[in-house]
Amino acid sequence: MKTSFTVNGTPCSLDLDPRVTLLDALRDHLDLTGSKKGCDHGQCGACTVLVDGRRINACLSLAVMHDGDQITTVEGLSENGRSPLQSAFVRHDGMQCGYCTPGQLCSATAVMSEIADGWPSHVSDTLAGPYAMTREELAERMSGNICRCSCYPGINAAILEIAEEDVGYAEAAE
Amino acid sequence: MTFDLKIDEPHPDHRADGLAQGVLGHESDRPDGWLKVAGAATYAAEEQADDMLHGFLVRAPKIGAVTCPNLDAVRAMDGVRSVLRDPRMIRNAAQGTANEAPVQGVDRAAYVGQPVALVVAATFEQARHAAQALVVSVEEDDVPVLPDTVTPEEPEDQNTRIGDLDRAMSEAAFKVDAIYTTPSMVSAAMEPHAATAHWDGETLTLRGSLQMLKFNRNELADSVGLDPKHVRVLAPYVGGGFGSKLGISADCVAAALAAMELGQPVRVVQHRRHVFEVNTRRSETRQHIRLAADAEGRLTGLGHEALVSNLPEEEFAEPVIQGSHFAYAASNRHLGMKVARIHRPAAGSVRAPGESVGVTAFEVAMDELALSAEVDPVELRLRNIPETDPESGKPFSSHRLEAALRQGADAFGWSRRHAAPRQQREGEWWIGTGMAAAFRVNMVIEAEARITLTHDGATIRSDMTDIGTGSYAIFGQIAAELLGLPLSQIDVQLGDTRFPPGSGSGGSFGAASTGTAVWLAGMEIRQQIADRLGCAEAELTLKDGVATVANQRTTLHDLLSDETIEGHGHVKPGDAFEKVRQATFGAHFAEVAVSDVTGEVRVRRMLGSFAAGRILNPRTARSQCHGGMTWGIGMALTEELTHDRRDGHAVNRDLAGYHLPVNADVPPLDVHFVEELDDWAGPMQAKGIGELGICGAGASILNAIYNACGARVRDMPATPDRVLAAMPL
Repeated sequence: MKTSFTVNGTPCSLDLDPRVTLLDALRDHLDLTGSKKGCDHGQCGACTVLVDGRRINACLSLAVMHDGDQITTVEGLSENGRSPLQSAFVRHDGMQCGYCTPGQLCSATAVMSEIADGWPSHVSDTLAGPYAMTREELAERMSGNICRCSCYPGINAAILEIAEEDVGYAEAAE
Repeated sequence: MTFDLKIDEPHPDHRADGLAQGVLGHESDRPDGWLKVAGAATYAAEEQADDMLHGFLVRAPKIGAVTCPNLDAVRAMDGVRSVLRDPRMIRNAAQGTANEAPVQGVDRAAYVGQPVALVVAATFEQARHAAQALVVSVEEDDVPVLPDTVTPEEPEDQNTRIGDLDRAMSEAAFKVDAIYTTPSMVSAAMEPHAATAHWDGETLTLRGSLQMLKFNRNELADSVGLDPKHVRVLAPYVGGGFGSKLGISADCVAAALAAMELGQPVRVVQHRRHVFEVNTRRSETRQHIRLAADAEGRLTGLGHEALVSNLPEEEFAEPVIQGSHFAYAASNRHLGMKVARIHRPAAGSVRAPGESVGVTAFEVAMDELALSAEVDPVELRLRNIPETDPESGKPFSSHRLEAALRQGADAFGWSRRHAAPRQQREGEWWIGTGMAAAFRVNMVIEAEARITLTHDGATIRSDMTDIGTGSYAIFGQIAAELLGLPLSQIDVQLGDTRFPPGSGSGGSFGAASTGTAVWLAGMEIRQQIADRLGCAEAELTLKDGVATVANQRTTLHDLLSDETIEGHGHVKPGDAFEKVRQATFGAHFAEVAVSDVTGEVRVRRMLGSFAAGRILNPRTARSQCHGGMTWGIGMALTEELTHDRRDGHAVNRDLAGYHLPVNADVPPLDVHFVEELDDWAGPMQAKGIGELGICGAGASILNAIYNACGARVRDMPATPDRVLAAMPL
């Protein structure tokens, strides 16, 4: 099946077996192996990518469902791999083995905009927002991304540091 | 030239303290971290080739004799290139350091989930579809799958009796006599086991997700029938291991066989559900613990007997009592192991085999003793610290448990605690605190590493792996410190059997074993530089690319010009392990909230206080401790691999059914390092830290649950149903 979408700003046209997931299309057909396959079941979050700005598990989605979509993977989060968030992950040791890291970074990117956009979570006091980036909100919203090395302290410290520095985010949360 | 060291004697000269670069022992970034955040680190299944074929493993659905009646029909399916039913395929992953093939064969399944075929096709989707279409018929064997239904083996060398424990129990002022159980658990590393195999007609090249390459190469060669010199194994980045990747795994052998048959590269990735079955689990344990104490809470007797299980022909038995041999003084002792031969998936090493579950259960028993003797739990441990190894009488190489307990208690605010349970309530939540001591044996294994120095900088090479532990970071720091170079001028290359054989990652021995090999290689280079400058090595100061001797400065550039200097380090364990008892020590503290309504437990904070010799990089060491402590949360509260009572199969064999701690389950974790230099640990005085953090961590939570609500849970994990059932009305 022919399908076309944009990945990290680059238009891509593929002719795929309809069984190919978005994750396998990225990894095996576009050589973007930054997105990881941890379970192929939507249970671990390692494959998290952004589709039109929203995070999804790429393993739970068929590639042919994304015709016309704008997809961002870890390779597209910055030009040099050293965005403030990526640098903060290194500085706070927000990874050990590194296999969940791309998913954590994509999720974290989406979490910051979800909070800024006033989306509630399970631990939010109200459904109406606005919401602040508290540790509790962050931990809840990042819980779809498992880290077996258990780098949650470093991951959270990195995201909180960037969220505080992000003026646009802080204004939106007020 | 090689600098060899057999660790026979202590190293009281603390050379690392006198070096000039100032990077060893300090926080620094992981150099591999930049690749990992960019998605540019290449894991086992991420090598691309135009003619890559894809293999999918097929599992036995029952135990017994296996046939595949529709093999020919599956071979004719779209895209299928081969269906391997090769007798060389392995039953389960090899045990750590096996160095030879594990049990092989596909005609008889010893456990549910054993790989019995590999379907290879042009695409992953075709291979998976064909694998699902392959019919696996099993003529069932009637075999035991429950540990308590067989007469267990009782290895005599695992049985220690000193004095008369029964008498000590009968004369004790205070005692504990209880059974504790832990379920099967799994490593569940985030990267599923995967392999990409190439065969050029002579040499097999395999990129795998493996921890110990020098052993894995031999295991793979032996499995497929090649001379190891024709096998190269690569694993530069490994997405977690925790013991499950110590030995060669089924995907590697199957991928290699397929590549050799088809003459094309073959990739085999274990499906997450395969990962739970085909690789080794942590055995379930049943632990009988007896403690006898005098009126002051001093132990007079100590008993720790454990029942574990494994498949036939697997030598490994979860060494539950390993820590109990040296943890506490008591003149009457009985420690013993029993192994039930049953047909659950194979058991093997999972993070801190032995102490992870053994110390955890034992430290719950110590809490029970503290309550009955009305002695503060920290004080009880302090009163029972042995002067020397309680069984052999050997001195300890270094023993910092007292400091870990006292400093940890201070930092946690232990003195503000209510000793009696059920004293603090917030709405429906009972609040309480608990503690446990941490013990872990320390090991060194043979390792080699090479450093090449040019005027541009240094390159370190070893087949050592970095499974998230920080090998890249600390080896760079060791070399930078010795050679006086900034970290930016050090390149660390790991995970290739063409490099000198390191220790591999496992048993917390990586940093002190391969790290010492790197140290020795650096020392050899320092010696060569000193020879060129006509001074003694100890007179040499190397910093920022400049060698200084008695105020004479020579840049590396002038010293070397276009030359290359090499150093080769080789360390072996030696008599030190006969002369002293060496271990790492620590203390865990936890605060929990327990719902009076549902029995749900939320961990509110944890503090770990650890002594593991010189800490080479506090940042990566702290992350390892965070990992261990979080595994303690999982062990205490959620992790349980459930086996079907009829056929032993792993019921909850994915990440939806097997509950790992997620971000919201993990509170702020505080890690405190106790200052220690262990002279018996080699020239860096450093010991392993990767496993200490899990040993006893779960016990601090279980003890906090008791302190909060009065529920004593002896069967892990403390799920809400168990907590509610144990809670006083």
